[in-house]
Amino acid sequence: MHFGNQIAQFLLSGLSTGAIYSLIGVGFAIIHNATGIINFAQGEFVMLGGMFTVFFITVMKLPLLVSVILAIAASTLAGVAFERLAIRPMKNASPISLVIITIGGSILIRGIAMLVWGKDTHAVQTFSGNDPIQLGEATILPQHLWIFAVTAVVIVCSKLYFNYTISGKAMRACAYNSRAAGLVGIDVRRMVLFSFAISAAMGSMAGIIIAPLTMTSYDVGIMLGLKGFCAAIIGGMSSGLGTVFGGVILGVLESLGAGIFSSGYKDAIAFIILLVILFIRPQGLFSKGSTERV
Amino acid sequence: MLKRASFILTVVASLAILAGSALAAPPIRIGGLFAVTGPASFLGEPERNTAQMVVNEINAAGGIRGRKLELIAYDTQGDATKAVQAANRLIKEDKVSAIIGPSTTGDTMAVIPVVERARIPMISCAAGSKITDPVKKWVFKTAQNDGLAVAKIYEHLKKRKVAQVAILTVSDGFGSSGREQLKAQAKAYGIQIVVDDTYGPKDTDMTAQLTKIKGSGAQAVICWGTNPGPAVIARNAKQLGLRLPLYMSHGVSSKKFIGLAGDAAEGIILPSGRVIVADLLPNSDRQKKSLIAFVKDYQRHFKAEGDHFGGHAWDAVMLLKTAMERGGDNPAAIRDQLERIRGFAGIGGIFSYQASDHAGLTKDAFVLVEIRNQDFALVR
Repeated sequence: MHFGNQIAQFLLSGLSTGAIYSLIGVGFAIIHNATGIINFAQGEFVMLGGMFTVFFITVMKLPLLVSVILAIAASTLAGVAFERLAIRPMKNASPISLVIITIGGSILIRGIAMLVWGKDTHAVQTFSGNDPIQLGEATILPQHLWIFAVTAVVIVCSKLYFNYTISGKAMRACAYNSRAAGLVGIDVRRMVLFSFAISAAMGSMAGIIIAPLTMTSYDVGIMLGLKGFCAAIIGGMSSGLGTVFGGVILGVLESLGAGIFSSGYKDAIAFIILLVILFIRPQGLFSKGSTERV
Repeated sequence: MLKRASFILTVVASLAILAGSALAAPPIRIGGLFAVTGPASFLGEPERNTAQMVVNEINAAGGIRGRKLELIAYDTQGDATKAVQAANRLIKEDKVSAIIGPSTTGDTMAVIPVVERARIPMISCAAGSKITDPVKKWVFKTAQNDGLAVAKIYEHLKKRKVAQVAILTVSDGFGSSGREQLKAQAKAYGIQIVVDDTYGPKDTDMTAQLTKIKGSGAQAVICWGTNPGPAVIARNAKQLGLRLPLYMSHGVSSKKFIGLAGDAAEGIILPSGRVIVADLLPNSDRQKKSLIAFVKDYQRHFKAEGDHFGGHAWDAVMLLKTAMERGGDNPAAIRDQLERIRGFAGIGGIFSYQASDHAGLTKDAFVLVEIRNQDFALVR
């Protein structure tokens, strides 16, 4: 097999992983833009998406589509509950306290998942079968096409939401200056709630579309959350294309690194990129950097 | 007169009560170190369940020479530090006569200095060859050496006239021990390793490594790891259209693997303890009776299939029972009796310990199985 063809395979695999990282990263970005905090429990919403799907399919014996919709709903509820119980009571807490609370929240959600569902890994059926699709010299599965499609649709919808709807624009207003937004009549606390709900929904969707490929268990949220966070940082915490590019770059570099150099360093590549970005261009590759007028 | 009689009666009664309690001899205490939670819980949980089940059965049948057996089990969580702490507790506070476990090679290597110093015999349920090689006076093991599993695979490859293989091992203790064995034994079977790659225990996509393997000249792929990695590898291999024969390690010898890998598991060959094909064995197999009894027993108590890993604990408790029946509860006597056991038909194989061999098994402890129609079948 030609080296060039191998590269094609690495690129394709990297693209699909990158799409997942983008979805998760956009979740981080939305909450950060609405509240100024990093929600480290985002990875757990991804996990909840996959695990709830498994639960509804195997225990409640519901068909795939119904289970998926219910899983997204359940994870969104979890996100809303998390915001209500953990974030809202801390009215004037400093951002660092809120970040620590989200870390604690992620451990709690993980622990409850472990107690309720056990530590086993669970497989989910693919959405459209298992026959590989040949693209030149590389192959992908139908599930990869689902990943690309869902990611594209979600990103486009979120772009439309933030740019063309009132509540979307209101959320952006809160991100720029929450006090001014409050003064013009935007209910900032409601916007915070929406941001958690949207991020939880997006995260759970990411978890659901990747579960048939990678199987799911109670602790998949840790690594996925961190890599999604890296994608968001690379993209400069933008809720749109910036993070998408960040995720894709991350996924492709990871795949190329594992294929060409050593697979043992796969995870290290993500974190090395993160460190390099933070050192050299902390505002991310795709944002203009914020300036303040005195 | 009455006062004197009642005094004598009281003395006699109290003496009788004291004598009565002295007749009920104290139970023999054994310790258990199992990774019930944590990443190795697929080992520790069945092991702890099995150990408790066997101890209860021994007690129900009258105990060991009339004395009850008491199992004090601690959870090491697959963490070597916790394992050492628990071992110290078992030896110093609970004053056990012997220890079963730990479940993983990492934990075992950490606990070995503790039991050697305290001179308490330990029967580990972990597979690493270095546990008993070189031999340590107080340490035995029941899990088959990974070296034996490698030999079984290489034997089959040689029969199929395969000379070039690719190995894909997980980057943890089990995987690196397997990798050492694969590399060490390759030459003896005329095999050349053309690709030597690794993957992380939590990795979810191995298409990169498999793409490399597809492009090399490998004629077969050997994957060494425990769930879920090998299941992902099986599926990735199917996706990439990799038609090479795929061999796995005994780390996936459970129905769980077939459940995770689905169709991609068809045709995979792996070495395994006999327990997963117990009903397919010929009646002349010396282990068949205890295997089927174990599987039925475990199913009745825990509503799950008795597997390869629970079997390690079964062997450990039964070996201790045999040693204690001959040697009592003195740790040194138990150790000596363990070393004298020959031809014990257990779940993992037929054990024969001696001073130079505290692992006790040969490569016949493994059978080669193939996954056909989503179930295990013996390879002819």
